[in-house]
Amino acid sequence: MSSIGTGYDLSVTTFSPDGRVFQTEYASKAVDNSGTAIGVTCKDGVVLGIEKLTPSKMLVEGSNKRIHHVHEHAGMAVAGLAADGRQVVARARAEAKNYLSFYGEEIPTSHLCERVASYVHLCTLYWWLRPFGTGVILGGYDRDGPQLYMIEPSGVSYRYFGAAIGKGRQAAKTEIEKLKLSEMTCKEAVFAVAKIIYGVHDEAKDKAFELEMSWICDESNKEHQKVPANLLEEAKAAAKAAQEEDMDAD
Amino acid sequence: MEHTIEAFKREESLGARHSGAAAASDGKIHIERTQYPYVTGSSVLGIKYKDGILLAADMAASYGSTKRYKSFQRLKPVGKHAVIGASGEMSDFQQISTMLDELTLRDQMWDDSNTLGPHEIHSYLNRIMYQRRNKFDPLWNNIILGGVKNGKKYLGVVSMIGVHFEDDHVATGFGQHLARPELRKQWRADMTLEEGVRLLEKCLLVLYYRDRSSINKYQIAKVTEEGVTISSPFAIETNWELEAFQNPTKNAEGSW
Repeated sequence: MSSIGTGYDLSVTTFSPDGRVFQTEYASKAVDNSGTAIGVTCKDGVVLGIEKLTPSKMLVEGSNKRIHHVHEHAGMAVAGLAADGRQVVARARAEAKNYLSFYGEEIPTSHLCERVASYVHLCTLYWWLRPFGTGVILGGYDRDGPQLYMIEPSGVSYRYFGAAIGKGRQAAKTEIEKLKLSEMTCKEAVFAVAKIIYGVHDEAKDKAFELEMSWICDESNKEHQKVPANLLEEAKAAAKAAQEEDMDAD
Repeated sequence: MEHTIEAFKREESLGARHSGAAAASDGKIHIERTQYPYVTGSSVLGIKYKDGILLAADMAASYGSTKRYKSFQRLKPVGKHAVIGASGEMSDFQQISTMLDELTLRDQMWDDSNTLGPHEIHSYLNRIMYQRRNKFDPLWNNIILGGVKNGKKYLGVVSMIGVHFEDDHVATGFGQHLARPELRKQWRADMTLEEGVRLLEKCLLVLYYRDRSSINKYQIAKVTEEGVTISSPFAIETNWELEAFQNPTKNAEGSW
């Protein structure tokens, strides 16, 4: 899918002859090269998971979080340039807060997605602004139930049952498609997502990673929160065991 | 502690020229700040007990002498560790509630497993009340803030002019005059939940007999380390056959 955009790729306000905006495509490359982020919608909620690559042993565990609270009932998993991601999350929080103070109720996830996507798109319209180098998986639980959206650097957004971005997205998507999401509970999904992330992690190229997971489900009182520590440990252990089984099988 | 309307009217003539007053096109001074409350709530009571804090309030919001709203919840949880109860202007209370919700939301978004404790929320409230008072535009409330965090119980009050303090038992409005003497007599630090509720109910009953802006419909809020719960509305049995209520005008000269 790589192509030379010589001459047409210098500015986000330039189209190529075949109708592409190369700058946004290059921005997507930043997302494609980052650690995998996964989101799935289950029967009773949404689960987000991130393969947080830790380039140095000196990094304190739990720092440089890539899953962020956006509002009580919504959270975002961010892939790509971390600093850009912070801005997108900040904007999402402001939008959610603004909706609440204006309408007196929690922002529906679809509206939040639209507002954030518009903002990301905005930054692709001016030559003096560069596009965000982040892809975002937005999970929310409102009165229409659990929902999952993905917003790309071009400002495009879709609603998904299951989504993956980052390095291991191809393999992750294949695994997600195998899952029967509509029949799974969030607890089961936590195990499944952990297994997928451990599965797509490339031991050779990237040494260490931290598994970050969050959910919004009936069990968490429809609030976005980190998956409880003991459940996360169980999921990690099960995922590691599954990895070893696969290795032995080979 | 509670300011009378008279005191404020006096300050008005002094302050009118330089605070909150705009000279309009008709040359008259138009005051643009709180002058008196419209929809008001009566007393709120608060006590510490063995496992935490109990707050009690009735569910009336009066419009002058009319008991206009009879299901108005004057107790509200703030975050996971505290509960607030307010008397005075109810619209100002709703405004304060919104401010506190925004405060706790912002705190939640940090996602650093650190939450605002009752002392911190009380400090925030104190600043708001005092700063509004300095602008001669007070939030016309007397507020009780109680909470438990890390095993420590906290019970504080703040008034519409920013006077604030902590104590083992507190009250606003008529509760200050009618309930606190009873609380001073009967309160103990090691009261169980049942004893605490019974003590509060006793005070609420006195307030119902003697405070004309109260109704017989109450809520009690309980805060412990586990969290905040606000009871569903309940009533207390009254007895109007008490000897003190017979011949009420016997000793009142000139009354009918």
